[in-house]
Amino acid sequence: MNALKHFLFRALVALLFLAVPVFGVWTWVKAPEWGLWFPENVSSYGDGIDSLFMLILWMVTVTFIGTEVLLVWFVWRYSKKDPTRAVYSHGNHTLEMVWSAIPAVLLIIVAISQMKAWTTVKIDFPDDGPYTVEKPMMEVYASQFDWRVRYPDASGNFTGTDVVEVPYDITVPVNTKVVFHLKSRDVLHSFFVPKFRLKQDAVPGMVIPVWFEAEEVGSYDLICAELCGWGHYKMAGKIHVLAQDEYERWLAEKRKALYATE
Amino acid sequence: MSSHAHAPQKPLGIDPPGTVHVTHDHHELGFLRKYIFSVDHKVIGLQFLFTGLVMLLLGGLMAMAIRWQLAYPWTEMPLLGRILFPETGGVATPEGYTMLFTMHGTLMIFFVVIPLLTGTFGNYLIPLMIGAPDMAFPKLNMLGYWFWWPGILCVFIAFGAEGGGPAAGWTAYPPLSTIEAAAPGSNWGQNWMLISLTFVGVSSMMGAVNYVTTIVKMRAPGMTLFRMPLSIWGLLIAALLQLFALPVLTAATFMQLFDRLFDAGFFTPTGVVINNVSPESLGNAAGGHPLLWQHLFWFYAHPAVYILVLPSMGFASDILAVHGRKPIFGYKPMCYSMAGIAGLGFIVWGHHMFQSGMNPSVGLVFMTATIMIALPSAVKVFNWLGTLWGARIQLTTAMLFAISFVSMFIIGGLSGIWMASTPVDIYIHDTYIVVAHFHYVVFAGSMMGIFAAIHHWFPKMFGRLMNETLGKVHFVGTFILINGVFYMMHQVGLAGLMRRTADPYAYETYAHLQPVNQFISLCAFGLLAWQVFFVINFFGSMIWGQRTGRNPWKGTTLEWEAPSPPGHGNFDKQLAVYQGPYEYGVPGAAEDYVMQTQRQAT
Repeated sequence: MNALKHFLFRALVALLFLAVPVFGVWTWVKAPEWGLWFPENVSSYGDGIDSLFMLILWMVTVTFIGTEVLLVWFVWRYSKKDPTRAVYSHGNHTLEMVWSAIPAVLLIIVAISQMKAWTTVKIDFPDDGPYTVEKPMMEVYASQFDWRVRYPDASGNFTGTDVVEVPYDITVPVNTKVVFHLKSRDVLHSFFVPKFRLKQDAVPGMVIPVWFEAEEVGSYDLICAELCGWGHYKMAGKIHVLAQDEYERWLAEKRKALYATE
Repeated sequence: MSSHAHAPQKPLGIDPPGTVHVTHDHHELGFLRKYIFSVDHKVIGLQFLFTGLVMLLLGGLMAMAIRWQLAYPWTEMPLLGRILFPETGGVATPEGYTMLFTMHGTLMIFFVVIPLLTGTFGNYLIPLMIGAPDMAFPKLNMLGYWFWWPGILCVFIAFGAEGGGPAAGWTAYPPLSTIEAAAPGSNWGQNWMLISLTFVGVSSMMGAVNYVTTIVKMRAPGMTLFRMPLSIWGLLIAALLQLFALPVLTAATFMQLFDRLFDAGFFTPTGVVINNVSPESLGNAAGGHPLLWQHLFWFYAHPAVYILVLPSMGFASDILAVHGRKPIFGYKPMCYSMAGIAGLGFIVWGHHMFQSGMNPSVGLVFMTATIMIALPSAVKVFNWLGTLWGARIQLTTAMLFAISFVSMFIIGGLSGIWMASTPVDIYIHDTYIVVAHFHYVVFAGSMMGIFAAIHHWFPKMFGRLMNETLGKVHFVGTFILINGVFYMMHQVGLAGLMRRTADPYAYETYAHLQPVNQFISLCAFGLLAWQVFFVINFFGSMIWGQRTGRNPWKGTTLEWEAPSPPGHGNFDKQLAVYQGPYEYGVPGAAEDYVMQTQRQAT
């Protein structure tokens, strides 16, 4: 009777620990179906980021399954009632070397594989398009709790009467390397566009260059990703990506409206 | 009998290393000196334990309020709502929500996990496991506990302060935290919180000085560094982290206080306009930099993350060996990997700031250092698995929690690689993947280690065993529900959900995430409710638990040589150490274990 009780409890414990890798992997497999996956990507560099995520996902999944299954097996196998003594071993030098060296090499590969994508998004700004860090397409201002975008006049100046300022909605042309300056008027904010895979904090006192290239026409959520006060949750904006000619028409109309008389 | 006035045994740092005070004298101390203002490390440890568990309940209740809002935003919160939001009839307010997660994080880190790990077990275990009669500085030790109380007091005052509790996150990033007009809680609430953190820091510092001195100076004869149990290694390294990192936090909190009270402008840049008012126009200094705070804060707070987990790693190791009846696999690699985690821990703080506006080239350096932390972490996991291999596992509650520590730490460790990778972090920074990651390490990991340690050392603390049936019921439910709460947060985060968002469903991107969040919340409510089994077991066993002798688990380490519970001065015999801490399954020995004090292995 006692033996049966012990067997059942061992089985329960083993199943419990087995549930971790089983459900752990199952939820990842099902996640896209449940809508718990990356939102679709529409930026030029987003796919690169997604594939790096997937590279790490595969690596950690293999490690996760391997270690958790071993753990379950050992817990099941070695919790048997056994009058003999445990293996008297204080370790194994060769094994330590092997399981230090292999992860070390893999981790260095992971680190190196990430560098290019990071450089592309945050360090090497486009200099072959119409917009550059020195000559940005627009300035985006964050403040509690709105986004404002300013488009310079024809000669690229952000001062003067020809500057177009729009709240909440940012309008940009498709398939264009958009470089802009991100600023904050008050506290920290963060410019997060999930579908662009782009996030950058806005810091008061700093002018931070940011760039993206949207590859599909549409309207996308712009979300504040850094706690900025009580209204943080509703600091929403939209990015409207228009065809090039439509964008130009839109901007021209905005400029004309500057001089419209009531 | 005890009226003769000879000085009580006072262990001092000047004792030659390994001096053991054998005490037979029983001083009848008054109630106050014995249980309240005690200098006995065991009583102080228990004081930290009880206080920490109460704070855990409070922090847990705040988590419930947060989860209610995320599951059913802007609806009346049952039970808690009337207390937290009386003026709105129990419906959360946006500013109230920001205060809730700020206080939840602050309480859990500074008032629950650090005090439970270092305050409770650091105090209780260090002298017992190294064979010392008490801490090196008993009065400083007492002071350490009592400096924690003004900290607790200030944090409660902060919560009820005019304008509301602090609401800038536990990270308290300026200018949100420094300028009154920026947030409702950035009034006296924030001041009280900074003052509170200073007290807590001083308290931790007194503890850390004590732990390091005691371990270095007061080991029993023969207790070499590499004969110390891994719990002691974990606690020693955590104490060293506190010694080196805490001064930076204290300096930073003072700078923020100076910004707030005397307009010093350390973190206030030029040209800020908040609520249409510029601080400079009010005559306040500016020209500072908000990122300065982030550097200082994370220089402390990242090592603090390892303070939150290293002791638990030690406890889990010890418990796996004792209840697995097997030596730790790779004892020295275990020590070195803990040291490696701690050492690297000082050069990775920048990974919290990848998207902060810090020079992105520096990000590459921080990324490489951070990714390399996975290496010592992996070595630890492999060695735990090696320890389980060929063991004779006793499925006690303590063992189950220790195994689940390993199982959960694997998840928390692996997901860290995403956070470390700069390009992936662009997308997942501040999403729920991060929330899942650190809760797997600190809650599913460290808390499991704490539960394991409570079950394992309870007999030593109270001379009684905890109830195994209740313990197992508690374990099974906790294990299932903890994964129910935190696992799906990974995928919710992958879908882009931001943390610290009071009502995410207003965004198109997040609208479909509400059902998953409701599932997570229901698991969270269940998880808190399930802890009733622990509460019953913990307090019930103190009164009705089966009485036990010195060494109920047949452990080899020194604490099991002392009476349960140990009296004043801990040991009633002279101790000398001849063995390593993990002599289990020894072939040819009379029993399957050899005490550290046993001269011969066979």
